[in-house]
Amino acid sequence: MILAATVAEEFIQTLAKGLAQGGLYALVALGFVLIFKATQTVNFAQGAIALIGAWFTSLLLIDWEIPGRWISGNTYVVWISSVVLAALMTAVLGLIIERVAIRPMIGEPLFSIAVITLGLEAILRTIGFDAVNLNPRSLAIPWGFDGFNIGDAFVAWTYVAIYIATAIAFVAIFLFFRTRLGIAMRAVAFDQEAALAQGISVGKVFAVAWGASAGLAAIAGVLSSGAPMGTGVVSAGITGLAFRALPAVILGGLDSVSGALIGGLLIGCAEVFSGQYLADYTSTLGNGYSLIVPYIVMLVVLLVRPYGLFGTPEIRRV
Amino acid sequence: MLGRPRLYTSYKAEAAIFPTWTQRTALVLLLLVAVLLPFSLPIINQLPIIRFIGDPEWIRLLTNAVIFGIAALGINLLSGVAGQVSLGHAFFMGVGAYTAVVLGGESSENLWGLGLPMWIWLPGAAIGAALAGIIISPCAVRLRGLYLGIVTGGLVFIGIHLAKVFPEISGGAEVGRQFPPLELKLWKEEEPIIDFSTDGHWLWFDISGNAKTYLFCLALLVIATVIAKNVIRTRTGRALQAIRDRDVAAEVMGIPEAKYKLIAFAGSSAFAGMAGALFASFVGKLPPETWDLILSVEFIAILLIGGAGTTAGVLIGTFFVVMSPRFVEDIADWMGGQASTDNPFSKFWDMIISTEPGDFGFISTGDIAPGFPLPVSSLDTLIYGTLVVLFLLFEPLGLYGIWIKIRNYWKGWPFSY
Repeated sequence: MILAATVAEEFIQTLAKGLAQGGLYALVALGFVLIFKATQTVNFAQGAIALIGAWFTSLLLIDWEIPGRWISGNTYVVWISSVVLAALMTAVLGLIIERVAIRPMIGEPLFSIAVITLGLEAILRTIGFDAVNLNPRSLAIPWGFDGFNIGDAFVAWTYVAIYIATAIAFVAIFLFFRTRLGIAMRAVAFDQEAALAQGISVGKVFAVAWGASAGLAAIAGVLSSGAPMGTGVVSAGITGLAFRALPAVILGGLDSVSGALIGGLLIGCAEVFSGQYLADYTSTLGNGYSLIVPYIVMLVVLLVRPYGLFGTPEIRRV
Repeated sequence: MLGRPRLYTSYKAEAAIFPTWTQRTALVLLLLVAVLLPFSLPIINQLPIIRFIGDPEWIRLLTNAVIFGIAALGINLLSGVAGQVSLGHAFFMGVGAYTAVVLGGESSENLWGLGLPMWIWLPGAAIGAALAGIIISPCAVRLRGLYLGIVTGGLVFIGIHLAKVFPEISGGAEVGRQFPPLELKLWKEEEPIIDFSTDGHWLWFDISGNAKTYLFCLALLVIATVIAKNVIRTRTGRALQAIRDRDVAAEVMGIPEAKYKLIAFAGSSAFAGMAGALFASFVGKLPPETWDLILSVEFIAILLIGGAGTTAGVLIGTFFVVMSPRFVEDIADWMGGQASTDNPFSKFWDMIISTEPGDFGFISTGDIAPGFPLPVSSLDTLIYGTLVVLFLLFEPLGLYGIWIKIRNYWKGWPFSY
């Protein structure tokens, strides 16, 4: 619930929050899309990986003070470098998961691979909960609860950070698809065996997709803990982020990068706008109704377009 | 014909539920043991492993497994036989449980309940959940593969929210309400004919309430298994398998896809609803958060660990998944005991178990254990996660696949090919 002076200011404030929430979803959705493009499956462990990523950030920044030992002074530089380092660590975790649990499953039914990620989710979630639940882990976000005002509309710095991170991630991915490896990934997405026959290393593509999406999940996990979405502390709720980002990726289409961006922003805005403008009906709709808006939007869209807005329809042959 | 389980000489033999004598004998023995388990009989008490199941804690766990077995038969019908990936099983269980509580629960100022007897609310739970399945299926028919899985997963979140919005039905978030007890009444009279949840006297046996509940659920499981087995071998079951194997080909052969998917959803939800109602009634009081995605995933785990599409495999998988955390807890306790004694191996156990804060080990048996040595309580999630991953990696057909391998080995013995 946001209290702002005028209708326009309320709208701006809600839009800023909606786009930020959408940006988080888009970041996670981008990870889903990358993995789907490479391995044709959904990584249900994304949320748990995001939690682990946030935990890594806290470990690096607070407990081990690794970047702080060599880079002196500016807290922003220290903070950003530890987030990047944590994202890299999480990417390594993604690589390990891919190598140990996903690579041996090439050629197996896609459902089995998806269920393996569900199993991984259970494992990582347990470990993550155990790490963050009992002793709160601070992320020491340098801007804290601050923000700036447009008129009377309040825009938190967290939102700006999310916009920047999302923009960088998507631009990087669009550029990546122009590179040799990116083209290889598109070929793998199109037809794994044909790509293999062309001399493309499918394993390498798998590894890149898993590493990149784990890194993205870590960044999304850290940013989602920033105020006012979170409280600056790693919370177990981060795992829910990925399950709410699933509607976004389904809405956009599982294999479309632009779909992930648009789907993410749409779902984020739908959630935040309904939370803001339907707040008067909370007694009827129930507390926390905005959190299930993404699922309802997803159901409605799928009734009309079964492969999402930008997804490629599967060609069915006998 | 002896020892050639895949050799059929007539259609009748092929369609039989239990084609070989070995299977029939094994089944009768298994049922006998299952029925006699809760009684304190001289012979049963002498059997290893089974001996300790008589005590209340284990029999409750076993009842839990039996109830989950009914739900697992449901997900096997939908995901194993018809190949429709569903993460919404917990949702249908919840629908069943809340139908049951509205029909059979006690009403009060802020709770709805009609107080009807069990012979109405238990089938009512199945029918209510089946209706929910029928309502969902038109959306589900259009979706395939992972899209379907994700959408049915979304149902779970919507379901939990709806349960919270209607505290008159669910009793409110994180609180829950009392579910109707398992007792057979003709109508709303005071004294039930058979009360399945209190200690009492049957024929010439003294029998505890837990044992009664167990026997009742076991009977339902047997009925459910017979139904499930029969559905699989009929026209419907074969149509569902055709849809699983290649849906377009099935449609070309004249199998109406939408109709059979609807049947699969309705049937699977009916099993789930009944199991949900039983489970809620067995536990007594459950918050709406019980019916969450984790429960759905547990059923997917059961399906894959047991062996998708096989009735026997799924039942074995259920027992495995439900019982194994408890075994692990016992093993952890035992290791803790070993670590504190003074024998040559105690150093080894001491490395695994940490009994007090600061002690090195992977698993903590201490009461409060924040951080790294994992508390035993969080082990069960960890274990089934690991089990799912390992089974899919090394034995995609699950426990049933292991059994097939063993059987084939002995069938061709001493030739190993």
